[in-house]
Amino acid sequence: MDYLIKGATLPSGERADIGVAGGVFATVGRAAAGSTGNAQVVDADGLIALPGLVDPHTHLREPGREDSETVRSGSRAAAAGGYTCVHAMANTYPVADTAGVVEQVWRLGRDAGYVEVRPVGAVSVGLEGRHLAELAAMARSAAQVRVFSDDGMCVWDPVLMRRALEYVKGIDAVVAQHAQEPRLTEGAQMHEGLVSSQVGLTGWPAVAEESIIARDVLLAEHVGSRLHVCHVSTAGAVEIIRWAKARGIAVTAEVTPHHLLLTDEQARTYDPVYKVNPPLRAAEDVEAVRAALADGAIDVVGTDHAPHPREAKDCEWQAAAFGMTGLETALPIVHQLMVETGRMGWADVAQAMSHRPARIGRVGGQGRPIAVGESANLTLFDPSARWRVVPEQLETASGNTPVAGRELHGRTVATFYAGRPTVLDGKVV
Amino acid sequence: MKHLLSAADLSRDEAVAILDMAEQMAATQAREIKKLPTLRGLTVVNLFFEDSTRTRISFETAAKRLSADVINFSPKGSSVSKGESLKDTVLTLGAMHADGIVVRHSASGAPYQIAHSTWTDASVINAGDGTHQHPTQSLLDAMTIRRHLKGGAAAEAPAGADRLTERAAALAGQDLSGLDVMIVGDVLHSRVARSGVDLFTTLGARVTLVAPATLLPVEVDKWPADVFYDLDRALAEQPPDALMMLRVQRERMSGQGGGFFPSPQEYSREYGLDARRLAALAPHAIVMHPGPMNRGLEITSEAADGPRSVIVEQVANGVAVRMAVLYLTLTGAKE
Repeated sequence: MDYLIKGATLPSGERADIGVAGGVFATVGRAAAGSTGNAQVVDADGLIALPGLVDPHTHLREPGREDSETVRSGSRAAAAGGYTCVHAMANTYPVADTAGVVEQVWRLGRDAGYVEVRPVGAVSVGLEGRHLAELAAMARSAAQVRVFSDDGMCVWDPVLMRRALEYVKGIDAVVAQHAQEPRLTEGAQMHEGLVSSQVGLTGWPAVAEESIIARDVLLAEHVGSRLHVCHVSTAGAVEIIRWAKARGIAVTAEVTPHHLLLTDEQARTYDPVYKVNPPLRAAEDVEAVRAALADGAIDVVGTDHAPHPREAKDCEWQAAAFGMTGLETALPIVHQLMVETGRMGWADVAQAMSHRPARIGRVGGQGRPIAVGESANLTLFDPSARWRVVPEQLETASGNTPVAGRELHGRTVATFYAGRPTVLDGKVV
Repeated sequence: MKHLLSAADLSRDEAVAILDMAEQMAATQAREIKKLPTLRGLTVVNLFFEDSTRTRISFETAAKRLSADVINFSPKGSSVSKGESLKDTVLTLGAMHADGIVVRHSASGAPYQIAHSTWTDASVINAGDGTHQHPTQSLLDAMTIRRHLKGGAAAEAPAGADRLTERAAALAGQDLSGLDVMIVGDVLHSRVARSGVDLFTTLGARVTLVAPATLLPVEVDKWPADVFYDLDRALAEQPPDALMMLRVQRERMSGQGGGFFPSPQEYSREYGLDARRLAALAPHAIVMHPGPMNRGLEITSEAADGPRSVIVEQVANGVAVRMAVLYLTLTGAKE
């Protein structure tokens, strides 16, 4: 046996010793004394053992924007945050719209070795929203792409969206939509509401998100496809998704940690670290997405980890880039907002941050139960830890975390990816 | 007061104190020698990322009347237009030891960011940022309103330094309570309207906004102001003591510019101040405009040049208000 994790608390609440050998869970339960051989013992007393987290929505920036993140630095950040798998979005330079680019990203991920990097393929060539990219070629490549998204851009043309939804049925893939009506959001800087009216920044109305989601769930129903909605941020969007699910439409939805945590009030600081797309919304929207995550109307948490170099944020709000980092802070935020408040149990967290995202992305070997014979992807989380976020101390190559200086509740102590520790004692190894 | 970034930051007493100081400054301007030694040795930089000759000249005059050294700097580009970054520009000014920076920028919040950055220790005065705030404009508007509608007989003082000092004394301590101020036009894109709503309500006035719904922000109903879509109805139901017409940009009617209204003709018919509406105003009511005017669009020449118009006086008061603000921020910072 390679590792013996002693006294961990499983998502079910049971305590167990977990033995890891040959990349899989060898034993789960009370380990017989003396049977451990020369296994390295990890004391997990008081720690929560979760199946390795799976992020449905990460920007690793490579190729093209290695000044903000690389596959390696992003993978290390993911491991530090308890992830064993990330979906790398397609808006790189060049765009991940060919088998060549997705294979490159996949190989970089494999070579880095911290997490399973699953490239997301672009829906349209160059993210331009005009012609379908060669989705089947990406699906059949070594990267085995199963999620397609123009994230950053909305697949706005209803005909293109329909074709994409239909076409991916043949390769068991899903279209992940960045829901943003482009005409309603020209020049948009922040959520349109009272705060935008006062601070004088151009509004990004909720209806621009909701109208696209409404259209897309109806398209998905019409052609019998599944649809994944990225970063749901409004109360209205939640209502539409509830309606669609009640109707039996195969839609899944995602929420980011920052949309669970923060509101548009942050824009009053004019600190561009809070500029993100979709924007931080009003308090009632925040409550709606929390409630939806708690009851499962929103299926998964996706970080939308979006690193940017300092100069992209050290400027006027209007000139700043959209996006914030999230891989290393997602689980503490979910713990604080959803678990400590009693709205979710650890089994629910395991569903939202591991099981379901793996299923949506058709990732075999990830998001599986902590059970004998399963690939040993595991996160050990200490809910009693308290730490203050210092951007320079994070693994991500960029400093644009929206929770800098905040005290977070809980920390990843260890992460095992395919039986090998990528994080031990809170440090990436 | 270290900075002046937003009219919303001012309490009633602070705002009244600025207006009182501005009246005193105005009284000095009737003297033969207008220059005061107050800010001698201090450097004020007019940092104008966006062209505005009128506002820049007003600040420049104010600073020079207080004996400050004035540097005008109008960068050709900003980070919004892919020019030099805001940070580098401000660091450069910091290296030149500016004591006060007067900032005009097309991006909302830029003066706030400078004031809250580590790039400079200078006092920052917002001279208009994007569609956010233009606090000295609302202060000069309030000064003009107060003088005409709160001064009684003393307010009608003609030139003459003694009479002006008397007038300043008569106005001292007064706010705008009990007055009705109506603001008409493109509220959505107007920093003048935002500053005005904040300041006039702080000073106790009732503010009424009149515009087509396309030129009002969503959730304007949560602002401390009454809202009308119909100018004639507003004039009849809430007759203003002060009527402020906002500049409306012709390009906003095109699809490219957002298509906010169908045509200049329709805008003028629905929201322009013409002879008929002018005649409907109360005898004491004043007509204001922050300039520059689109004569024939939001205001006719008859209204702009008529006896009710205080538009030229607004410009003169601008210098006095900016003298007061420069004095209070730059000397306050040194205390």
